[in-house]
Amino acid sequence: MIVLSFWLPERASTMARHVDSAWNFVFWVSAFFAVLITALIVFFALKYRYRPGVREKADPAPHHHLGLEVAWTVPPTLLVVAFFWVGFRDFMDLATPPENSYDVQVTGQKWNWLFTYPGGYVDADLHVPVDTPIRLTLSSQDVIHSFFVPAFRIKRDVVPGRYNKTWFQSPIPGTYQIFCAEYCGKSHSQMLAKVVVHPPGQFERWLADASNFLDKMPPEQAGEKLYQQRGCPQCHSVDGKPGTGPTFRGLFGSTVALATGGAVKVNENYVRESILTPAAKVVAGYEPVMPTFQGRLNDREIDAIIAYLKTLSGGSGGGHP
Amino acid sequence: MAGREAALPGYAPLRRPEVESYLNHGTGIRSWIFTLDHKRIGILYLVSVLTAFLAGGIAALLVRTELLTPGQTIMGPDTYNQMFTLHGVIMVFLFMIPAIPGSLGNFILPMMLGAKDVAFPRLNLMSWWLYVSGALCALISIVTGGVDTGWTFYTPYSTTTSGNVVAMVFGAFLLGFSSIFTGLNFIVTMHKLRPQGMSWFRMPLFPWALYATSIIQILATPVLGITLLLLIAERTLHVGIFDPALGGDPVLYQHFFWFYSHPAVYIMILPAMGIISEVIAVFSRKHIFGYKFIAFSSIAIALFGFLVWGHHLFTSGQSDLGNMVFSALTFSVAIPSAIKVWNWLATMYKGAIHLDTPMLYALAFIFLFTIGGLTGMFVAMVAVDTHLHDTYFVVAHFHYVMFGGTITAFLAGLHYWWPKMTGKMYSERWGRIAWTFIFVGFQVTFFTQFIMGAKGMPRRYWSYLPQFQPYHVTSTIGSYIMGAGFFIVAGLLLHSLYRGRRAGPNPWGAATLEWETNSPPPWDNFSETPVVGDPYDLDAFQPEPEKATWVRTLPKDRLAEHHG
Repeated sequence: MIVLSFWLPERASTMARHVDSAWNFVFWVSAFFAVLITALIVFFALKYRYRPGVREKADPAPHHHLGLEVAWTVPPTLLVVAFFWVGFRDFMDLATPPENSYDVQVTGQKWNWLFTYPGGYVDADLHVPVDTPIRLTLSSQDVIHSFFVPAFRIKRDVVPGRYNKTWFQSPIPGTYQIFCAEYCGKSHSQMLAKVVVHPPGQFERWLADASNFLDKMPPEQAGEKLYQQRGCPQCHSVDGKPGTGPTFRGLFGSTVALATGGAVKVNENYVRESILTPAAKVVAGYEPVMPTFQGRLNDREIDAIIAYLKTLSGGSGGGHP
Repeated sequence: MAGREAALPGYAPLRRPEVESYLNHGTGIRSWIFTLDHKRIGILYLVSVLTAFLAGGIAALLVRTELLTPGQTIMGPDTYNQMFTLHGVIMVFLFMIPAIPGSLGNFILPMMLGAKDVAFPRLNLMSWWLYVSGALCALISIVTGGVDTGWTFYTPYSTTTSGNVVAMVFGAFLLGFSSIFTGLNFIVTMHKLRPQGMSWFRMPLFPWALYATSIIQILATPVLGITLLLLIAERTLHVGIFDPALGGDPVLYQHFFWFYSHPAVYIMILPAMGIISEVIAVFSRKHIFGYKFIAFSSIAIALFGFLVWGHHLFTSGQSDLGNMVFSALTFSVAIPSAIKVWNWLATMYKGAIHLDTPMLYALAFIFLFTIGGLTGMFVAMVAVDTHLHDTYFVVAHFHYVMFGGTITAFLAGLHYWWPKMTGKMYSERWGRIAWTFIFVGFQVTFFTQFIMGAKGMPRRYWSYLPQFQPYHVTSTIGSYIMGAGFFIVAGLLLHSLYRGRRAGPNPWGAATLEWETNSPPPWDNFSETPVVGDPYDLDAFQPEPEKATWVRTLPKDRLAEHHG
C-alpha cells in the first residue's frame, strides 16, 4: 500500500477502493513491462555494443519470425481486454447512483460552486451526511466546468444546457477538496470548494440552522453570508483591492465612472440592477463578465446584501453621506 | 577502389566543396521562397518549424517559471492563460504536425524513392506558404488581443471570451490545409514515383509511416477545417451550433474537435516511428526485424486511430455505451504500438550497436514512448480516467508520447540526416552531452507530473494548493535542464555548418537510396536513377573513416530471395 499512498491521494468514498484496485492492476502490469523493455534496451545496448576489433558486425540472425510476432501480440491483447473490462465495470458503478440517494443540485459558474439542498437552501460548500449515497445533479450557468473530488475519485463535467449526474458515499467524516477540472478562464484555479462530511446526526442539525439564516441573523450579517456563499469574493474584494470586479470596500455611496462614459452613484437601485442585469452599467476599467443573479437571489436576499455593502462603506466617518 | 565504384552507380567519390549542390543551385532569397525543389522546401520547413519550436519552448519555460510558487510568480492569470494556450497552439499546429513530414519528409522521402522530386512540386510550395500564412494569422491574433482558450478552443468558452480567437482559429484552419496538401503529395509520390524494382515491400519503413500519416492528414483534417469554420461562424454571426445559449451543444464541438485531434496525435507519432525504424536498423548494423509487421502496424494505428476520439469525453456526459465502445477501441491501438516496440528490440538483438547521437535519441524514444503508451492504458480505463482526466497525469502522459515520442524522434532524424542535408558532420561528443541534458531534464520535468496528477493536481491552473509545490518546483527545474539541452543542440548544429567535418555520401552506412548521392545532394538528386535493393541490407557496407563514409562491398540483389 506504500505504492498507493505514494501515487494516489487520501481515499474517502466507497467507490475509491474499487478505482484504486483498478489502478493497482494497470500500474503493476505497466511497471512490469516498463522495467522489462528498459532492461532489454540497456542490456542489448551494452552487450551488443560496437567495439572496434571485437564486435564490428552483427551476428547472423533471422529478421522475421511469425511465432515471435504472435507471442508478443496475443498475451498483450488478452491483458488489454482485462484492463478494459475492469475499467468499464467500475465505471458503471461510478455512473449509477443508488435509488435511495440524497439529492443535491450543483451549479457551476465563473468562478464558484453553488450547492442547492432539497429545501431550497444554497451553500458555497457541499455538506453531506456520512455513510449516505449522495446524488449530484450538475449544471452550469455559463461555460463548461468539471466537478472533481480527488478523495472520492469522482469527476464529472458541468456542461451548460444539460444535466450531468454523479454520486458518492463517504464513510469517513471530514473535509475534502473540490476542484474545477475543466478550464474555464481567469479564476479557473480558484474555483475551489469543500465537501464537509458530517458525523451521524449532525448534518440535519447543520442544514436546519443554515437554512433559516435570513430569519435568525441581522440583515448585514446575512448579507455577508450571502456574499461568501454565492461566490462574490471571487471577483469583489472587501479590502479595497480591485479584482475581476470593483472592490466592495467603500463602494456603496460613492460615484463611479462607467465603461460607456458618464458616472453613476452607487445606491440601492444601482446595486439591485447590477445584481440582476450586471452588463447594464459596467464600471470603467472592468469587463462585462458577471453572470446574472436573476431568479437566484430573491428580494430579501438582495436587501441583505445591500445592508452588508453599507457596512463596508463605513457610515462612521468614511466621508460618505 | 575502381571495383567498388562500379558497384555504386549514382554517386561519384567525395568531391570538392564548390561542387554543384542544391544549396548553391540558384542564390538569393527568391530562389528559396519560390523554389519548387523538395529539398529546399524541406529546409524552409525546417527553419520554420524550428522557429516555432523556439517560440513554443519559450512559452513553456515561462509557464513553468510561473508555477514555481503557488501564487503569482512572474505573471497574472490572464497572461498565464494566454501563455499556455500559445504553448499548445504553437507546439501542436506549428511544430509537431508539420515538423517531421514537412522538413525531414519533404527532404528525404523523394530521395528514399530514388526520385527527383515529389509528385506535385507546386502544391508542395503552396503547402509551405499556407503554413507561413497560418503562422502569420497566429501572430496577428497574439498582437491583437491574444487567445486564452487552450489549444482545444472548447466552446462555449472560446465563443464568449475576449481576445482575437477568430484570427487564431483561422490560422489553424490554414495550417490544416497545409497539412492536407503535404499528405496528398506524399501519397501520390509513393504511388507514382517509386522506381523500377521498388515494390511496396521494398519501400523503406519511413515512407510506410509517412503513407499512414498521409491517410490521416487527408481524411481527418477536413473535419477540423469544418469545425473551426463553424466555431468562427458561431462567434461572429451567432449561428447556434455549439453554444447552448444559442441552441447548440458544446459536447458536439468536443466530438468534432477530437475526431480530428486524436488522429492528429498519430500524425505526430507515426512519422516519428518511421524514423526510429530506420535509425535502429542502421545503428544496430542489422536488418530490421519484422519489416511487414512494422509496416502494417503503421497502417493499423492510422485506421484504429480514427475510432478512439471519444476517450477524450469520458467525463463529458457522453452515454455510458459511448464510454464503453471508445474505451474498448482505444485499447486496440495499444497492440500495433507494442508490436513496433518488440520488433525494434528484436532488431537490436545480436546487432553491433553504434551508440551515436541518432541512436541515443532512438533508444530514448523507445523508453519514453513505452512509458507514454503504458500510461495511456491508465487513462483508457474509464473508471481510472474518471480520476485522472484533466489532471497533470494526462499532461505527463501526452508529453511522454509527443515530446518523448515525436520530438525525440525528430532529433534522432535531424542528427541522422543532418550530414545528408548540409554535407557537414556535427560534433558527436556535444551531441551526446545535449542528449543527456534533454533526457535527464525530460524525466525530471514530466515524471513529477505523473505523481502530482495522480494526487489530483488539475491542469491549466495558474495557482495551486501549497501541497503541490515540491512537485511543481522539481518539474520547473527539469524544464530548465531540458532547455539547456536544446540550446546545446542548436549550438552544435550551427557550429557544424561552419566548422563541421565534411560528410561523405553515406556517413552511417545505411542502405536506403538517399545515401547513394553526394552530401549535400545535387539539385536533381541523382545523375541516374539508383538501382533498388533491400533497404536494410546493412551487412553489405564497410566503413571508410578517412572519407567519412561507408561503401558497399556486397552486391545489391543478394537478398532478393528473402522477399517473395
